[in-house]
Amino acid sequence: MIRPIHRRTFLAGSAAAGLTLASGPFNAARAADPLKIGFVYVGPIGDFGWTHGHDLGRKAVEQKFGDKVKTTYVENVAEGPDAERVIRKLAADGNKLIFTTSFGYMEPTLKVAKTFPNVFFEHATGFKTAPNVSVYNSRFYEGRAVVGHLAGSLTKTGKIGYIASVPIPEVVMGINATAIWARKVRPDAEVKVVWINSWYDPGKEGDAAKALIDQGVDIITQHTDSPAPLQIAEQRGVLGVGQASDMKAFAPKAQLTAIIDEWGPYYIERTQAVLDGAWKTSDTWHGLKEGFLTMAPYGEAVPEALRTSADAIKTGIIDGSIHPFTGPIKDQKGEVKVADGAKLSDGDLLGMNWYVEGVSA
Amino acid sequence: MTAEMILPMILTVIAAATPLLLAAIGELVTEKAGVLNLGVEGMMLAGAVIAFATTVGTGSATLGILAAMVAGIAMSLAFGILTLTLMANQVATGLALTIFGIGLSSLIGSGYIGTPVSKLASLSIPGLSDLPVIGPLLFGHDVLVYASVLLTVGVAWFLKSTRRGLVLRAVGESDLSAHSIGYDVIRVRYFAVMFGGLCSGLAGAYLSLSYTPMWVEGMTAGRGWIALALVAFASWRPWRVLGGAYIFGGVTILQLYLQGAGGIGIPSQVMNMLPYLATIIVLTVISAGPWRGRLDAPACLGKPFRPAS
Repeated sequence: MIRPIHRRTFLAGSAAAGLTLASGPFNAARAADPLKIGFVYVGPIGDFGWTHGHDLGRKAVEQKFGDKVKTTYVENVAEGPDAERVIRKLAADGNKLIFTTSFGYMEPTLKVAKTFPNVFFEHATGFKTAPNVSVYNSRFYEGRAVVGHLAGSLTKTGKIGYIASVPIPEVVMGINATAIWARKVRPDAEVKVVWINSWYDPGKEGDAAKALIDQGVDIITQHTDSPAPLQIAEQRGVLGVGQASDMKAFAPKAQLTAIIDEWGPYYIERTQAVLDGAWKTSDTWHGLKEGFLTMAPYGEAVPEALRTSADAIKTGIIDGSIHPFTGPIKDQKGEVKVADGAKLSDGDLLGMNWYVEGVSA
Repeated sequence: MTAEMILPMILTVIAAATPLLLAAIGELVTEKAGVLNLGVEGMMLAGAVIAFATTVGTGSATLGILAAMVAGIAMSLAFGILTLTLMANQVATGLALTIFGIGLSSLIGSGYIGTPVSKLASLSIPGLSDLPVIGPLLFGHDVLVYASVLLTVGVAWFLKSTRRGLVLRAVGESDLSAHSIGYDVIRVRYFAVMFGGLCSGLAGAYLSLSYTPMWVEGMTAGRGWIALALVAFASWRPWRVLGGAYIFGGVTILQLYLQGAGGIGIPSQVMNMLPYLATIIVLTVISAGPWRGRLDAPACLGKPFRPAS
C-alpha cells in the first residue's frame, strides 16, 4: 500500500525538485557564459583606416576565443556626451571588458568606470588610468621616423605634406618625428601641415592633398583616416604614405609604405587576462618591437639602397639602439629643446605641444 | 600663394562646390513645392554607393550615374509615400530617411571598401580643352560638373518662366488655393520630391565617382546638411544657391591653401570655421540689402496637404 503523501510534503518536494531542475541549466549556463566584450568606435568600420584596424583586432579576439567571448561594437560614436551614453549602456548591458578607441573618449570612460567598478575599461591613446581603466597606445612615431627617412630621401622639392586632424600630442609627435628624420637625410626639408579638424572626411582630405601638391609638395603623409589623400597623390603623380592600413590598392605607384595598426595581439592578451581573472590596470605603450604597428612592404618607388637604410632604422628602433627623439633637437624658434645625446621621455612625448625646426604648422 | 596657384585652386573649388550645388538645387525644387525633405544626406549616400557598385560591377560610369539617379528617386519616393500619401510628419520622416540611407549604404557598400575605381572621365574637346587658362577652366570638367550648372540654369528658368514652374510655386505657397483652382497638389509634390531625390543621387555619384573615386562609409561627411542649409540661406533662389555652394566650397579650399602656405598665425580651428561663417555672412548680407524681395520660405513648407473636402 502506498503511504499517503501529505499535500504539504508533496508541495515542498515538488518545489525543491523544481528549483533543482531550474537551477541545473542555470548553473550550466553560468559556467559557460561567454565573456561579453564591448568596442566603441569613433568612425565607421568601413573607413579602411583607424576604426577598420580596431575592428580587425576585435575579429582576431573572436577568432581566438570562439564561444568563450561575445563581442559587440558601436561605430560612429562622436567624442563627447554621446560617448558617455554609449559606454554606459555597454557596461549596463553586461559587457565586462570595454575598449574605447579614441582619445576623446577619455573623460567619458573614466566617468563610467567610476560607476561600474567591476567592469574593465581599455582606453586607446589616452593618458589617465584608474583601478579599472587601462590605457594603451602605439608608438606611431617610430613608424613616422622611418617614413620621414623615406620622405627626406625621395623628395625632390624638399616639401613634405602632412594632412593632420587635430593638434593633440599624438599628432604633434608624428609630425615632429617625420620632420626630424627627413631632415637627417635632407637638412632643408620642410614639413607643411594642413589641419582639417576632423579624423575622417575623404573629400576634405583629398582637397587638403590638392592644396599641398599645388604648393610644391611631392610627398603626402597623413594622420587622417581615409585613402583619399593617397588617391590624389597617385592621380597627380606624387608619392605618399598610407595610414593605419595598407592603401596600395588606391595608390599602386604612389604608396611608399604604410603604417599599419595591429591591435589583435593586445586585445587577445587583455581578453585572456580577464578570462583568467588576472586583469590589472596598465599603461601600455608599445611599438615596432612588440608588433603594435607594422609597416607595409615598400612600393616600387623605393630603390634598393633606400630599403636597406630604412630597414636598418627599423631594426635599430626594435633593438633599442635608435630612439627617434634623440637630441640635438631644436624647436621652430631655434631653441635647443633636447640636448645632444639626450632622449625625450615618454612623459615629454605625451605632452608634446611644440614643433621642431622645419615644420610649418 | 602665387599666381600660378590660382587656376588649380579654382579647379579644386569647382570640384568641392559641385556636390553641394547638385544636392541643394534638387532640395530647392522640393522645398519650393512645400515639402521639407531632410533626408538629403541619406539620399546622397545611397546615390554614392549605388553609383560606385554599378560602376565596379559593369565597368561603365554612365550606368553608375544612371543607377544613382534611380537610387535617389527610389529613396525620395519612399519619403514621398510616407509624407504625401500617408501624411506622416515631414521632419521626422526626413531624418529617418537620412538614418536609413546611412545604414543601407554601409550595408550595400561593405563589400566595396578598398576597391579602387578610376576617376570619372573629364570632357576633352580637342581644340578647346588645350587652351592655356580657359581650357581646363571651362572645358576640362566631367559631365556632372556641367550638369550642376545646367541644372541651376534649368531650375531657375523653370521656376520663373514656365507655367508648370508657376504651378509648383503656387503649390508651395498656397496649397489650398492651388487645389481649389484644380491643380493636383499631391502629384506636383511627388514630382518635386523625386526631382530632389534625383539630384541628391547625382551629388552622391559625383562624390564616389569623381571627387574621391572610392567607397568608404559615410563619405558625404555632412555635405547633405550643408546643402540643406544652403537652400535656406539662399532664400530659395536658384542663383543664390549656386553662389552659396561656390562661396562655401571656395572658402573651404582657400583656407586649406592658406594653411599649406604657412605662416598665417590663425589657429587651424578658426580656419576650419571660415567656410560656414563666410557663407552665413554673405548670404545674410545679400538678403538684407537692396536685393531683398521675398525672403520667406514657401508658405506651406513642411505642412502636409489636407484638402478640406
